[in-house]
Amino acid sequence: MKQTSGFISTYSADAFGVCSALYELGGLIVMHDASGCNSTYTTHDEPRWYDMDSMVYISGLTEIEAIMGDDSRLIDDIVNAAAELHPRFIAIVGTTIPAMTGFDADAAARVVESRTGIKTYGFKTTGMRSYVHGVSEAFLALTDIVAENYRLKQTMSEESGDTLEADIKAGSGTGNEKSVNIIGLTPLDFSINGSDKAIKAYYEAKGYKVISTWAMGSSMEEILEAPKAGLNIVVSEAGISAAKKMKEEFGLPIKVGIPVGGEDIDISNLFGAEVDLSRSETVSTPVKESYSDCDCIIIGEAVSSYSLAEYLKQKTGRNIGVIVSTDLDEDGIADALLTAPDACTVIADPLFKPLLKNKKLIRLPHEAFSGRLYRDEIPDIITDIRWLDECTGVIARI
Amino acid sequence: MLKKLGENKVNIESAIVKMGDAQFPSPFAGGLEYSSPARGTWNIVHTGMLVPEAHEIFVCAASCLRGVVLTAAEMNAMDRFSTVEVKENNLLEGNLEELLIDGVTDIINKLPKTPPAVLVYTSCVHHFTGCDWNVMFGTLRERFPDIDFVDCYMNPTLRKSGLTPDQIMRRQLYALLKPCSINPNSAAIIGNDLPTDRNSDLIKMLEAYGIKIHEITSCKTYAEYQQMAESSIYISYYPAAKAGGEELAKRLGGKHLYLPYSWDYDEIDETLKTLTAVCEDMVKDSETIAGENSRSSENTIDKFFAQKKAECEKAFRETYEIIGDTPIAIDYTFCPRPTSVAKQLLTHGFNVKRIYLDSFTREEKGDYEFLKENCPDLELYATVNVMSRFMAHDTGTDNEKWLAIGQKAAYFLNTDYFVNVVEGGGMFGYEAVTDGLKLIREAFLEKKEMRKLVQIKGMGCGSCGLG
Repeated sequence: MKQTSGFISTYSADAFGVCSALYELGGLIVMHDASGCNSTYTTHDEPRWYDMDSMVYISGLTEIEAIMGDDSRLIDDIVNAAAELHPRFIAIVGTTIPAMTGFDADAAARVVESRTGIKTYGFKTTGMRSYVHGVSEAFLALTDIVAENYRLKQTMSEESGDTLEADIKAGSGTGNEKSVNIIGLTPLDFSINGSDKAIKAYYEAKGYKVISTWAMGSSMEEILEAPKAGLNIVVSEAGISAAKKMKEEFGLPIKVGIPVGGEDIDISNLFGAEVDLSRSETVSTPVKESYSDCDCIIIGEAVSSYSLAEYLKQKTGRNIGVIVSTDLDEDGIADALLTAPDACTVIADPLFKPLLKNKKLIRLPHEAFSGRLYRDEIPDIITDIRWLDECTGVIARI
Repeated sequence: MLKKLGENKVNIESAIVKMGDAQFPSPFAGGLEYSSPARGTWNIVHTGMLVPEAHEIFVCAASCLRGVVLTAAEMNAMDRFSTVEVKENNLLEGNLEELLIDGVTDIINKLPKTPPAVLVYTSCVHHFTGCDWNVMFGTLRERFPDIDFVDCYMNPTLRKSGLTPDQIMRRQLYALLKPCSINPNSAAIIGNDLPTDRNSDLIKMLEAYGIKIHEITSCKTYAEYQQMAESSIYISYYPAAKAGGEELAKRLGGKHLYLPYSWDYDEIDETLKTLTAVCEDMVKDSETIAGENSRSSENTIDKFFAQKKAECEKAFRETYEIIGDTPIAIDYTFCPRPTSVAKQLLTHGFNVKRIYLDSFTREEKGDYEFLKENCPDLELYATVNVMSRFMAHDTGTDNEKWLAIGQKAAYFLNTDYFVNVVEGGGMFGYEAVTDGLKLIREAFLEKKEMRKLVQIKGMGCGSCGLG
């Protein structure tokens, strides 16, 4: 039955995705929730919680506030906290009960912004979708901040009569061709094992200047410089919408793919090049109907799984299928596996094991699925050649 | 140590109140809430797993499921845990009852072995949409007559509306017990996550009277769990278990006895005297009287208390000889009465400087009044305040060695010298004092891996150690 999970985990939720994406940028992030969301997020989905400062909180929503639709305490508490913390921005993040009671996150954000003078965003997250949607929406909001800053600079330069710096003239897509932004980095997809730094190092070694990394390892100042880049590298499905919006705003071309094993992996064709921001969905995942011709299956996040599949295809010549599981329930994944009788090996998070029956599991833990449980085991698939060689060896022997 | 992101200097003063200025029961203003990385206390998943052989099914949205699924995974209990995910369309279509019934049915049909009991956890959305529990659970009971179902709740939005989720969980944990003939010589200790220490005054006293003791923590099978229902007396000493204990005794025909945890000699005396009187009655009523030797006269009891107090005083002296004037901080996760612990330590000359808590319980009123009058400079530190976020990199300890009693105090003080106990650790009576002091001495002398230990959820439930 759809929506039931007899034996496996569940992906991190959209609200946590927002928090993860904005974590390092100096904002006050408030999940409008009664109690559990903050401890769940900070225990299982936020490996930076212990070591890196942040301002992520919950509102402590009560029954009477939910019933009466009373947002005044939420707003007052945010305003009071902002007065003490002086955040760079404020994010109000919806969860399940506010979604059910019709909480207007945008309206609350406008009130907070008018009272604090601090840019405030309302996220219509519901706690009922996967983290991919939340990260995606956070990056879209970040794109708004970047675009607004860019327009402000444009206006100021026009008023002063100065020309905008040459390398910021990105609107036509003719920015510095040897510079990139890396879009889609969160610990939910990349943990804290150095993968983010490895991707950056890969492009630097190729002679690119990395302008910003969204959003691990970059300050807000660096992210505001994003329009300077000549290319946006999208490394997770959650980064696609923001990259598409930046293509529309600044003309920045998009490349999708992770440099697995230090190889130039480009899977842009799988994700569609055209911008369609009118769609309500913020992510677009390639869908495969059947896996009957596959020798091996990868279950996981779209961009990392397709990038790894491409790498393994190149190395082994095998046909590698990808089941994008971030928005599938247990039955959906099990049904997809049923169409792959010849795939005797599956690369997936260990918590998928109960669905694999007699298939061999190659363990690839994913923070967004198993949280901190196997964190020490998560490979950096960009530079961990030993793990990739072992994986390649197993698949080559099929 | 937290790495600072910005240059802004934050001021944590709003998260600190001196005891002399503290209001009862809420010393701090409300506001946005922070969640520290210290995770040793149990949650409703851990507690539900105490019912042997039972299966847990949570019916809620993804964000709520996330924490409970991974709790189960971390305690290696995924084979006893399943979920039904509530989606937006279920709220729009108003089919939450149908989803629960069909979802639970689907899961049970898929399980390799039919469990004797299923704990079905509903969430806030079921409450707000007015779901009919009779329909949901009635249908399930009709479909699966061989399974005992119990309604459990993950509804934190209602945490300030009557009983808290923690109190309700400790009540529902025993709702599966079926009435049976009562054994007058049998008692059940209820409502604890951790087993009561075999050396505690409670166990020793019950054993001395020859009373058969049940406790859920020692039940290995569902049948063994059901035997708890024969008890003529239900004893609770964890505050959150009190409400459930009353209801349980009423339903099954026994008597509920609440014996509050405390470090105060007078309170311990009173508690143990109450217990003694009840034991005397039980033995009197029992056909299998343990014998005259087990009965304590008033005189014997007084002697017993005097001896115990002497042991406690000796332990206080030994402890002071070792830790001297070392600054001490206590937090509310260590035991249900951190103020009682603070009071006893302070009156024995210890340098207790801080208590980490967010509110006082009703039981702490006496401790509060004593500390307010006698120790007005004792500082209270909030643990969920907005500014609590920054306490770990602004410990205010000037690199001096502090001793923390409890995980949260250890985290906020950033110290490896701490007592790693949650929820009282199963200690009770005078033994809680002597054993607690022993742990304090050990904590002072030996470092622990604080960072690793405090992040493990549900201390003592078998969760894997996470690095």
